Amino acid sequence: MDKMPKWADVLLIPLISVVLALLVSGLVVALIGESPVRAMEVMVRGAFGSAYGWGYTLYYATNFIFTGLAVAVAFHARMFNIGGEGQAAIGGLGVAVILLGVAWPHWTIALLAAIAFSALFGAAWAAIPAYLQAKRGSHIVITTIMFNYIAASLLVYLLVNVFRVPGSMAPESGRFAEPAHLPSASDFAGFLGFPASAPLNISFFIALLACVFVWVLIWRTRLGYEIRSFGHSETAAVYAGINPTRIIMISMLISGGLAGMMAINVVMGEAERLVLDFVEGAGFVGIAVALMGRSHPVGVVLAALLFGALYQGGAELQFEMPAISREMVVVIQALVILFTGALDNMVRMPMERLFLALRPRGAVGAEANPVPTSPVEPHEPPKVDPQGSDR
Amino acid sequence: MTTDAPAIELKGISKAFGPVQANRDITMSVARGTIHGIVGENGAGKSTLMSILYGFYKADRGEIFINGKLTPIPDSQAAIRAGIGMVHQHFKLVENFTVVENVILGAEDGALLRPSIAKARKLLTELAKDYGLNVDPDAVVEDLSVGHQQRVEILKQLYRQADILILDEPTGVLTPSEADQLFRILERLREEGKTIILITHKLREIMEITDTVSVMRRGEMTNTVKTSDTSPAELAEMMVGRKVLLEVDKPPATPGEVVLKVEDLRVSRGGVERVKGVSFEIRRGEILGIAGVAGNGQTELLEVLGGMIPAQGGTVSLFGEPIDITGKHSNGQTRRARGIGHVPEDRQDEGLIMPYEAWENVAFGYHKDPRYNSGILMNHAAIKDDCVDKMQRYDVRPPNPRLPARNFSGGNQQKIVVAREMDRAPDLLLVGQPTRGVDIGAIEFIHKQIIALRDQGKAILLVSVELDEIMGLSDRIAVMFDGRIMGERLPSETDQNELGLLMAGVTEGAA
Repeated sequence: MDKMPKWADVLLIPLISVVLALLVSGLVVALIGESPVRAMEVMVRGAFGSAYGWGYTLYYATNFIFTGLAVAVAFHARMFNIGGEGQAAIGGLGVAVILLGVAWPHWTIALLAAIAFSALFGAAWAAIPAYLQAKRGSHIVITTIMFNYIAASLLVYLLVNVFRVPGSMAPESGRFAEPAHLPSASDFAGFLGFPASAPLNISFFIALLACVFVWVLIWRTRLGYEIRSFGHSETAAVYAGINPTRIIMISMLISGGLAGMMAINVVMGEAERLVLDFVEGAGFVGIAVALMGRSHPVGVVLAALLFGALYQGGAELQFEMPAISREMVVVIQALVILFTGALDNMVRMPMERLFLALRPRGAVGAEANPVPTSPVEPHEPPKVDPQGSDR
Repeated sequence: MTTDAPAIELKGISKAFGPVQANRDITMSVARGTIHGIVGENGAGKSTLMSILYGFYKADRGEIFINGKLTPIPDSQAAIRAGIGMVHQHFKLVENFTVVENVILGAEDGALLRPSIAKARKLLTELAKDYGLNVDPDAVVEDLSVGHQQRVEILKQLYRQADILILDEPTGVLTPSEADQLFRILERLREEGKTIILITHKLREIMEITDTVSVMRRGEMTNTVKTSDTSPAELAEMMVGRKVLLEVDKPPATPGEVVLKVEDLRVSRGGVERVKGVSFEIRRGEILGIAGVAGNGQTELLEVLGGMIPAQGGTVSLFGEPIDITGKHSNGQTRRARGIGHVPEDRQDEGLIMPYEAWENVAFGYHKDPRYNSGILMNHAAIKDDCVDKMQRYDVRPPNPRLPARNFSGGNQQKIVVAREMDRAPDLLLVGQPTRGVDIGAIEFIHKQIIALRDQGKAILLVSVELDEIMGLSDRIAVMFDGRIMGERLPSETDQNELGLLMAGVTEGAA
């Protein structure tokens, strides 16, 4: 295959998809009688126009990096983990348990404990669907979705009956003690102008570290090699002596752990207590982020940034242009997901054809293969030495 | 209709897939009522050409004449209307439908099935009488033997009034006697004036049945000759472009101590017992060939020995030490640790990860080798170095370790697998279909490697559906049928006929 240079595959195609999504969004905005240009301007300015905007954009992006990485790791083992939502919620439970249960002397130690417990709880929540998939063949998509509902209900129960501060009407836990509060952007990067109201906090760097961890794991370790091999072909993995059960379990545990770590950002870094429904769809956005980022950490960071900007810019949009309701903002976000995730091939196929046509030798008949399961014999590589390889 | 016009005439057909010229300016003419063979190595463009003729692809340039009339074939419907029928290598039948239901599928006369079925039944009876194509119209397809399923495919085409039949590698799944029966049917069809195009890589079949033969090489049709004017050696030379050794040249075996001993092995898959009590042994410096039609338990035998699936009973030992074939330590890793190499039957689904680059595939299954690792990380540089070295010694082309496996030709893919599995000089090498879909030049090379390993004093278990390969390489031949070994023969004391009978389950007494 090798039809396109790598930069086109990882950058150009997502970019075109986003532009298409924004064009259609602009059409929708125009249909309800507002100016698409002004809406666009408000969104961009809201997301990137001020330190305050950046403080929110990067805060949201932190969430999406964690959930995006979670989905990406599972993707490499060809597991479709839709349970990020529930795993993050249970991860939040882990954060609350350890931060409320122990009097931490300093935030650094508390952060380490929170990382461990959020990951542990998230992984435990992913472990059950993973086991059912590995041993019983219950489809992971179905079970992880069901576990999202169980997690949400469990959280409601625990918040109302266990964590709620006596006498309070709000279904939320008590505030964590002062030493366990994470430094916010105004603390560690106040010189850049981040106001105290911006929720960005030190977890952003934990997310970036997680990216490095995932990159090393997937592309540099034996385990990552086994995960990718299994993801490409289960029969080949069995031939090589790679145990499918082990790979399914481990990849899903890592995936659940990463999703759970999202709670560090929201529960520990921002709310400083366990609140109801704090995940707010980040688990699902993670799917789009992983798809758009092509399951690569760098791609995940870029896609997370885009969705962070959409969240923040969207919030500004409904504030400044009341005609564009919250639902309209969701429509725009959904269009981006639709174009970058589901309609990926719509952009990819014509681009591949274009690149083929632009190739010096490919001037003749640069037509994409119309029948995917065609009876054509395997062809020689188009890129490398087309004559010499055919003896 | 002019009767003396050729049934098929192709003029200047060209087809490119991007920069790859699959067919280049092909001109071919097939006379009515003849059998025309097309031979060529993998990737020579045979299948592309037939796909153009059958409307799967549109040619970039060129014209197709059917019975002397210019006939554009934009899709397979047009091909059917022009009287062209195709019998694919992999049958396209609905397994749980009856024969007659399969025959009318897609050619029903109306919304109600009853009249079509009645009509088809009548026609099937006539066709059976005319061509010796005997098949019970009410049999369910999955209950039929492979040979009979193939007849259903042919009947389907005849029901659609095909005058020109294209058969793509039709004997790949047949026993020798089934292949003979097929050829008798093809001869009858020829007598009735049908025109047949036979695509095959078996030169023996070309010599036996065709009237004329075309050779394709690198997308071009290099020669078209009368079959009676040529020889297998000459055809092979035309296909490859140089002289080829068709016979394997090997010194006699000098068997040593017993390496592998298999006793009463039983393997089930999907609730069906596939290997029903198989026993054999292989010694140092010996090649045991397992012959048989695909699907008679050879696959399961190889997979158990390679650690891919568990066995249900029996024992396997290596140098007298038992091998765990049922427990949880029975897997590909523990097998490799015991010195068992495995060239699997299906390199694309098992032996290689197609999107992986060559160097990543060179480590596949041996990725825990200390040479390939430093601490918890894999040592990519070391693997790439090893890959470059293996590519050079095993003549993998192009010798580029960064090229994904799917971009190599079939023969070069197989060489990557062979290099990986043989280069560690395993005590026992399991080899499944080593040359399936591999070009002639690479076949020669791989056969030489197998014999060289034997002469190093290693034991080799060879499973192949190609009788020529089994007879050429093996020091002993065991024939499998229906999960059992029907008998063992020495290649010097047997022939294709005897093995063919054993492959069909006919035992000595009956023969």
